[in-house]
Amino acid sequence: MQHGKYRFIVGFLVLPLALYAVFVIWPFIQSIYYSFTDWTGLSPDFKMVGFDNYTRMLKDDIFWKSLQHSVLLVVLLPLVTLGLALFFAFMLNVGGRRRKNAAVSGVRGSSFYKIAYFFPQVLSIVIVALLFQFAFNPTSGMLNSTLKTIGLGSIQPDWLGDPSLALVCVMSVLVWSTVGFFVVLFSAGMASIPKDFYEAALLDGASRFTTFFKITLPLLWDTVQSGWVYMGILALGVEAFTAVQVMTVGPGGPDYSTTVLPLYVYQTAFRDGQAGYATTIGVGLLIVTMAFAAIVMRLGRRDRLEF
Amino acid sequence: MKTTDTPPAAAPAADPAPVAKAPASAAKEKSSEGQVLNVFSHGVLIIWAILVVLPLLWAVMASFKTDDSILSTPWALPDKLHFENWSRAWSQAHMSDYFFNTVVVVGCSLVGTLLLGSMAAYVLARFDFPGNRFIYYLFIGGMSFPIILALVPLFFVMNNMALLNTRHGLIMVYIAYSLPFTVFFLTSFFRTLPSSVAEAAMLDGASHTRTFFQVMLPMAKPGLISVGIFNFLGQWNQYMLPTVLNTEPKYRVLSQGLVELATSQGYKGDWSGLFAGLVMAMLPVLAAYIIFQRQVVAGLTAGAVK
Repeated sequence: MQHGKYRFIVGFLVLPLALYAVFVIWPFIQSIYYSFTDWTGLSPDFKMVGFDNYTRMLKDDIFWKSLQHSVLLVVLLPLVTLGLALFFAFMLNVGGRRRKNAAVSGVRGSSFYKIAYFFPQVLSIVIVALLFQFAFNPTSGMLNSTLKTIGLGSIQPDWLGDPSLALVCVMSVLVWSTVGFFVVLFSAGMASIPKDFYEAALLDGASRFTTFFKITLPLLWDTVQSGWVYMGILALGVEAFTAVQVMTVGPGGPDYSTTVLPLYVYQTAFRDGQAGYATTIGVGLLIVTMAFAAIVMRLGRRDRLEF
Repeated sequence: MKTTDTPPAAAPAADPAPVAKAPASAAKEKSSEGQVLNVFSHGVLIIWAILVVLPLLWAVMASFKTDDSILSTPWALPDKLHFENWSRAWSQAHMSDYFFNTVVVVGCSLVGTLLLGSMAAYVLARFDFPGNRFIYYLFIGGMSFPIILALVPLFFVMNNMALLNTRHGLIMVYIAYSLPFTVFFLTSFFRTLPSSVAEAAMLDGASHTRTFFQVMLPMAKPGLISVGIFNFLGQWNQYMLPTVLNTEPKYRVLSQGLVELATSQGYKGDWSGLFAGLVMAMLPVLAAYIIFQRQVVAGLTAGAVK
């Protein structure tokens, strides 16, 4: 069995590792290094500037705005999305009409709901963002024309053009596109909880809402926690970047009301030609991401329940 | 206590147990609570279903309408099916090129990801060697880092290697950024496979390489399908990587093309063309989802459950 083992291991690992090192690891290491330089990205010359970029970042209003929006997204998105998803999944699995013998039962047509809810998950966030950009269009979009039709013509918000509403619009689009995934995920988890648990609780006189908090949620906690991490990474990463970049004016506007950290990194590097400073903001984003993960792990730690 | 003559065992699960037949009064009370809950839960579930499906149906409808009617009567059905929107988007707005680029890039990346990912995962799952754990954590660490941080230097790395704005450059980057999840997922999958079959193959004189390709890989098919669907959707819908690394108009992929289309058609006021483009990009994925519904859901949720 030992014959040629190491040659085989090296042969199988060399290509994946090489690609991964060149395109992922190496740029990461470089970016930390560049965050201490005044590199523009346009010319090959740059020099070390120590912590100048970092002190500049702490005084940069747009950085603080982006950070504030990113933190808001990281707190609110998981809360709203997972909350809605848990609610819908509970309705799907426990909200059904009582059947003989069954303490709890799912609603009829639950598989139809699950298929429909999952649609947005397979669509590109770009398509979703473009679709809603038009829906939010103040003059001819879906929303305002609906308001007109039902006689609320006096309420015609600017949606994405209104600095106080724009971020809410972006958030609602992200919620819209992710809830279905978690409904399906949680629903599978709930289906595997033994029915006797509910039966016993209902016999003891517990209401369905008590059973949700005392039975469903604790038994589902592991899944909820990994969903939380997943949503947080989404809110700090590619999805938030794409939604803001595609939907908002500027992008990031109006008046920096929707800008988020990844977008600010992108703009600083590729629009303003300040690659060094951009990587500094990127390191800021990395710190936020790691802090988030640490907090979730800490808050989320509970005794694992086996069943 | 049974007042009805239907034996409980015979009650089919699909039978929506009539409330009137509920036996004792206590149970009746409970079931009327259940009844209210049932109406309520159907209500909220239907509202969300409408919220999800309506925008999509609306986009399909708009893609067959004229620009005027999209703007003036957004909720009216199209007067007739204006297929010219579709042909205009397909040829004049270069959707055909974007499709071609996406198919080439995603096709090659997907094959590459699955091949390289399963090779690395197999070695990491099945062989003991110094550095095994280190390499494994190196791979899965990539899942949680913000990609945008690496993209700034990566742009210049690619530039120096003359890989910027090329399809093969994009393919390599797609593979590299898909490896963390693929390796993570397949490593745990390979660990669950029985080792006896591989040992038998080795005893029969098969080399390690041959054992992998002819014995282990076929056994790992369910895992490969799950992770393949996951990567396919991720790469097909990829937007950030091509936006930064592939600015050459003739190599644009679908997601970039749509944003470009939105900018230019919005400028021209060609909304119907834009919706035709959007629906065109949406339909293949939705169709594939409806056909392979079970596999897609399993593939996408597999990662989160782990």
